[in-house]
Amino acid sequence: MKLDNPGLGHSGFGHPGHTLGMPSTGTSRVPLLAPDAPAQTRKDFTSDQEVRWCPGCGDYAILATMQGFLPELGLRRENIVFISGIGCSSRFPYYLDTYGMHSIHGRAPSIATGLATSRPDLSVWVITGDGDALSIGGNHLIHALRRNINITILLFNNEIYGLTKGQYSPTSEQGKVTKSSPLGSVDTPFNPVSLALGAEATFVARTMDSDRAHLSGVLRAAAEHRGAALVEIYQNCPIFNDGAFDVLKDRAESQRRIFHLRAGEPISAGGQVVIRDTDNELRIVAEGEADPQRIVIHDPSAADPSTAFALSRLSESTLSHVPMGVFRSVSRPAYDDLVRGQVEMAVAQAGGPATDADLAALLGGHDTWTVGA
Amino acid sequence: MNKPVRQLDRVVIRFAGDSGDGMQLTGDRFTSDSAVAGHDLATLPNFPAEIRAPAGTLPGVSSFQLHFADHDVLTPGDAPDVLVAMNPAALKANLRDIPRGATIIVDTDEFSRRNLGKVGYAVSPLDDGSLESYHVHPLALTSLTVDSLASFELSRKDKERAKNMFALGLLSWLYTRPLESTEEFLRRKFATKPDILAANIAALHAGAHYGETTEDFAHTYAIAPATMREGTYRNITGNTALAYGLVVAARRAGLPLVLGSYPITPATDILHTLSGLKRFGVTTIQAEDEIAGVGMALGASFGGALGVTSTSGPGLALKAETIGLAVSLELPLVVVDVQRGGPSTGLPTKTEQADLLQAMFGRNGESPVAVIAPQSPVDCFDAAIEATRIATAYRTPVVLLSDGYLANGSEPWRLPEIADLPDLTVTFQTEPNAVDDLGAPVFHPYTRDPQTLARPWAVPGTAGLEHRIGGIEKADVTGVIAYDPDNHERMTHLRRDKVAGITASIPALEVDDPDGNARVLVLGWGSTYGPIHAAARSVRRHGMAVARAHLRHLNPFPSNLGEVLRSYERVIVPEMNLGQLALLLRAQFLVDVQSHTAVRGLPFTAGELADVVTAAIHALPEPAAEHAR
Ligand SMILES: Cc1ncc(C[n+]2csc(CCOP(=O)(O)OP(=O)(O)O)c2C)c(N)n1
Ligand code: SF4
Ligand SMILES: [Mg+2]
Repeated sequence: MKLDNPGLGHSGFGHPGHTLGMPSTGTSRVPLLAPDAPAQTRKDFTSDQEVRWCPGCGDYAILATMQGFLPELGLRRENIVFISGIGCSSRFPYYLDTYGMHSIHGRAPSIATGLATSRPDLSVWVITGDGDALSIGGNHLIHALRRNINITILLFNNEIYGLTKGQYSPTSEQGKVTKSSPLGSVDTPFNPVSLALGAEATFVARTMDSDRAHLSGVLRAAAEHRGAALVEIYQNCPIFNDGAFDVLKDRAESQRRIFHLRAGEPISAGGQVVIRDTDNELRIVAEGEADPQRIVIHDPSAADPSTAFALSRLSESTLSHVPMGVFRSVSRPAYDDLVRGQVEMAVAQAGGPATDADLAALLGGHDTWTVGA
Repeated sequence: MNKPVRQLDRVVIRFAGDSGDGMQLTGDRFTSDSAVAGHDLATLPNFPAEIRAPAGTLPGVSSFQLHFADHDVLTPGDAPDVLVAMNPAALKANLRDIPRGATIIVDTDEFSRRNLGKVGYAVSPLDDGSLESYHVHPLALTSLTVDSLASFELSRKDKERAKNMFALGLLSWLYTRPLESTEEFLRRKFATKPDILAANIAALHAGAHYGETTEDFAHTYAIAPATMREGTYRNITGNTALAYGLVVAARRAGLPLVLGSYPITPATDILHTLSGLKRFGVTTIQAEDEIAGVGMALGASFGGALGVTSTSGPGLALKAETIGLAVSLELPLVVVDVQRGGPSTGLPTKTEQADLLQAMFGRNGESPVAVIAPQSPVDCFDAAIEATRIATAYRTPVVLLSDGYLANGSEPWRLPEIADLPDLTVTFQTEPNAVDDLGAPVFHPYTRDPQTLARPWAVPGTAGLEHRIGGIEKADVTGVIAYDPDNHERMTHLRRDKVAGITASIPALEVDDPDGNARVLVLGWGSTYGPIHAAARSVRRHGMAVARAHLRHLNPFPSNLGEVLRSYERVIVPEMNLGQLALLLRAQFLVDVQSHTAVRGLPFTAGELADVVTAAIHALPEPAAEHAR
């Protein structure tokens, strides 16, 4: 991972008068830990707050993985910010000893947009749930993705509204029986990966609460990505939607069902592989029967998102084929870099930061007149 | 050949035409030229919500009224002395505001049977004697313009489009206005279109020349310059002044300015203006909706910027939940609401003051915010600075209630010295402010400044102060999640007391009661300042005493307000709503104020308010020999 941190202290935000070139990684402009500082451990990222999720909640595993992963970034702790909406999952920031904001339902991406745009020296993470991100906050999510703001969005998908005690969510399968859908939900669910790809996202991945290694790997890739990264994390809610992803956690079942996405490799599971059929559709066939010419080699950096989208459509609510990993990771200038670039350019072209005299000239405009004296 | 000049002390002109006739531009230019001529002035643009309603129809009429004088001007004028009507629709839509004896200039070329029919004139009002009591100048403005441009290689349509400049030239001659600043303006506007530029300048001069040669006008009028305070002036609209005020306030506070905004009339020009000020380090984000706009502003504030969002009433409704979050987070936030007629979409381009209670109470829970209002277009600049002062010093959202009249209206502005403006320097928390049980330094985000009750502003990037805040109730001092009943009671009171305590930093309400013997007080807020002041003047000219005061701060009120209210036998509160300030005053001070209201989408006229005041004075009981004040 390439790092070229300018080492901005907190007094350095505002209008950093340097490098109009685009930074390359998600944390390019975030100050690193001093070389002589003691290495960080998970303890450094553990706040003194008592964790209050239900026993067995998948959120615990995600938190533990995150606390273990953050030291790897080598960033100054004070330059990391977690912003969440509302939901069980959105309590996450309280448990991390970084800066954090537990905001309001669905709005975290907009708050993160304001923060990330004004503070290039921060590593900004958004924590959200399937209801928070895809129901009440759907509009902010798609616009954060299309703008490609430099934030990492972790969508904890338990396919249920946890905090409000178990109503169906925009990712619940059709027919789901809950207290608000006693005869089964008639809503068609969203596929968060498909949605993100349709919203022009530059980085889209899927992972799972219980697979620490996979989750860490996806977090690493997401943190490295400059621009908006959407990570869907399958998360078990043992209270209101227990076992929703059990088939993916069972060793034998998961080997059949999880199609790992690895750049440059075929996409396969349990002796089956993804091919591009003669009609140009993606299909899953037995490896033995696949025409080697037609086997899809995964390329997350493909400019055209259609193959990534087709891959996202292989998932079904029965979880019989579930691609996991990075669907798409392409480079496009980040919104906040462009916004800051315009300001920096305007300041540079005007010969440097405005003075009181420049401001007075602005106030005066073109048509002034003088009275008296 | 110079015609005789007549001296006047004030004139009110209204330019009216089709939306496509360029009346706003014509009015703007005449305003600038009048300002340069040293007059005090006030303007009232009035335009339809539709961008181009069908040509020649009543809904398509756009107008611009200007009041200029040799003395200080408080309102755009109750009734025009001159109406320029570019078509029958403009005449019909405006005639009822024009007093008998006024001058009406019409473009007869537009008075075709078809155009007359569009607005229901069976016979031309120019022919049926219905305008007998006015001085009507029927001029073929369109063909005069086209004829004056005979030598230009332009389409007839392009030539016709210069007729507003012909009209402007004529009026400029009539009122002895210089043409230079308009010429300079045209040179800037049409820098890349030399032939259009030349035609517009030619039309402008042709109009002036026509006035001089035609027998239609026997003399010109001169208005002496107003005596104004020494200084350098410009003319400015409320929205521009407000945007500049924000930029200056951010500079005086030493903070970067970040605006999150979604376009909405009549607030959009603030977004436009600030978007053009990148050179001053201003960041603007056009959000996906109003909720995102305020969220972005709040996120920027969390990061140590001056977060601002601008909107109108419908947008303020959408922002409510986020403003509540800012109340709980106790972070600075400036929310600009340029009010328009409501409810719902209401009257997008017309003015109203009906969002006061929304600003005060339009959120869930006990959710106090500071509320302030500017009183004139120029005052929008100072109000923006005051909003920033309160927001940053008290770490609170501030709602700044402008309105459509202030936003688009303009007046001369005496330019301030930047260095003379208030110093709003902000200090961020940089060190831990407590120790834990083991004596180690820690940061408690909800400790409070004993004077202001503001909590420390500790921005991400500050080592050792890592903390989490949110909308869930927090424990006093430590800020950790707390559901404890006594704590919630305490925090609710603290939030209320903090906002109420802003009173200590604002000036007492000044009452204008020249002889100190008035028994009636007129109390206003926001853009009613001009008409109320003008009404008080007129009442006093008629030998009666009336007191007048105007509120900048709506929450909290100035500390002496109750005392002021109780000092008068009658308190009249004129508002462009159904009595929202009156409701607050009655609730807080138990005084029975007299609410006078109008919601016609237009400012009050001074005459109307003078009548209300006069009636109230007449209705007072005979004073006791020594009446107590
Ligand atoms: C404006 C608003 N509407 C509704 C709620 C109630 N509410 C809180 S969380 C939630 C759904 C959360 O579901 P999800 O985002 O999936 O999070 P989870 O609890 O499952 O992690 C709802 C409806 C709220 N807090 N605010
Ligand atoms: S309700 Fe479900 S999602 Fe929420 S904390 Fe409990 S187990 Fe976790
Ligand atoms: Mg959920």
